[in-house]
Amino acid sequence: MSVMINTGNYIAAKAAVMARPQVVAAYPITPQTTLVEGIANYVESGEYTGEYICVESEHSAMTACIGASEAGSRTFTATSSHGLLLMHEMLHWAALARLPIVMCNINRVIGPGWNIWSDQNDSIAQRDTGWLQIYCSSNQEIFDTIIQSFKLAENKKIVLPVLINYDAFIISHTSMPAYIPDQEEIDDFLPPLNPAWKLDVDNPVAHGTLIGTKYYEKLRRAMHDAQQNAIKLIPKIAKDWEKQFGRNHGDLFEKYQCEDAEYILISMAAIGAESKVAIDNLRKQGIKIGLARLRIFRPFPSEEVIALGKQAELIVIDRNISIGSEGAMFNEIKSALYQQSDAKVTGFIAGLGGKDVPYGDIEKMCKKAIQGKTKNHQIWFGFKEDD
Amino acid sequence: MTLDNLIEIVIHGRGGQGSVTAANLLVAAALKDGNKGVQAFPVFGAERRGAPVRAFARISESEIHLRSEIYEPDVVIIQDESIMNIIDTLKGMKKDGKILINTTKSPDEFDFSNKFNVATVDATGIAIKHDILVGGIPVVNTPILGAVPKVVEKVSLPAIQEVIQEKWKGDAGKNNVKATNDAFKQVELKF
Repeated sequence: MSVMINTGNYIAAKAAVMARPQVVAAYPITPQTTLVEGIANYVESGEYTGEYICVESEHSAMTACIGASEAGSRTFTATSSHGLLLMHEMLHWAALARLPIVMCNINRVIGPGWNIWSDQNDSIAQRDTGWLQIYCSSNQEIFDTIIQSFKLAENKKIVLPVLINYDAFIISHTSMPAYIPDQEEIDDFLPPLNPAWKLDVDNPVAHGTLIGTKYYEKLRRAMHDAQQNAIKLIPKIAKDWEKQFGRNHGDLFEKYQCEDAEYILISMAAIGAESKVAIDNLRKQGIKIGLARLRIFRPFPSEEVIALGKQAELIVIDRNISIGSEGAMFNEIKSALYQQSDAKVTGFIAGLGGKDVPYGDIEKMCKKAIQGKTKNHQIWFGFKEDD
Repeated sequence: MTLDNLIEIVIHGRGGQGSVTAANLLVAAALKDGNKGVQAFPVFGAERRGAPVRAFARISESEIHLRSEIYEPDVVIIQDESIMNIIDTLKGMKKDGKILINTTKSPDEFDFSNKFNVATVDATGIAIKHDILVGGIPVVNTPILGAVPKVVEKVSLPAIQEVIQEKWKGDAGKNNVKATNDAFKQVELKF
């Protein structure tokens, strides 16, 4: 084991290479660029010996990954924002074809207006594609999650692609230390891919053929069941990781100060890390509040949300907005609680376009929710029309 | 984490001066000195050569959960004195804050030295002396790091020199280390 201090993207590159993918196909886009640059450096140094395919677009990057994965290769890629949107059609394809591709998405604003900073509308827009979605809040968590995600994606009860998300610049370009296990330890945790199926000229199979409604529904249901299986498997893999490496970032949620909490804040990614400081400060003021940092957005952990709703009033901060509706987490949390708990849920939209969300603002949001009389209401925090 | 043992540093420079690299090297050194929580990050936006840029560094004894910008620095490092004419580099400074400036002046020549702890060092002169130039322009980010241990107790000069030599091998690394020695010796303090 060694300690590496570098940005989220370079640590992601290190993890990706140590997972020994046979194929990486990617197209650069800010702020993902340094991740693929990192992998290219490992090609140069000889540390990465797999196939590194430079393609002409993100659509091609995903199709190259699909082809490689269909041929039975472990496959990795990374993108951001418009790159992810350009992949959209192929994201459905990868999931429906049951291909265990692992991809990092650096959450970045969608334009116009043009902006390169963090918000989650790019990945939230992919929530119905069938990909599992994980949100990370530190460089160490990115490293650990990438390795764990291959194990998750390739499990015979899952066989679905995984999207690992983290904030543009706030994480992708921030240097923080990460403990890097030795290659042998990683190999021990993550053996080579033994694909559930593959294209093989010696053992030909038909794939992607025309099918009727009955079988199509079966395929869809199988995907849904596989996502539900992940609810159980994600905590198991996290435990196995902890056993071997001594670290656990939480499984579906990372819970902080929740035990006696009368209020629970739910946030994701970088805001989820910052929230811990807000919780400490609110606790000092005598408020019984805890944090449940949502790590897994797909499959959505409804049962765990219901348990939180039975325990406490919920406060939700979304760094995304489903235009014409609500923040995605706020929306899904209320949906999970319907007829299961009458917990008060207050939602906030904050940090759109990369707007900084410091702990002082998180404290203000929590206090506003605690003092507020409105139920199931959503507030655009700090939004001033004439600013 | 606790905010009590946290040191927050803002580095002001111009695009191309290596403010981000300075922040990264600084926290890498702090990690070597046994600080478990370290973090360095830039403010991205106008990434043009010559434009004012900022980089942030945090150093703590425990893991850092903060992901927001630094609004109330303990330490401000100015790589280019002229930036102080166009940006309020002292904004939000803590009461007992320290400011390290690359300048030929002494701390007394800055009127805010009555209010804040001021340190000065001629990093540009040191860079020229040791031939630390890129495209003929002196690179001040490594020389100025030599003065940092006098301003930030959590970081030592040997750790800074170690990370510099890991990043630049051979003569380049050696010249940069010499420059940090000079800066460490020459920095003037008014604390």
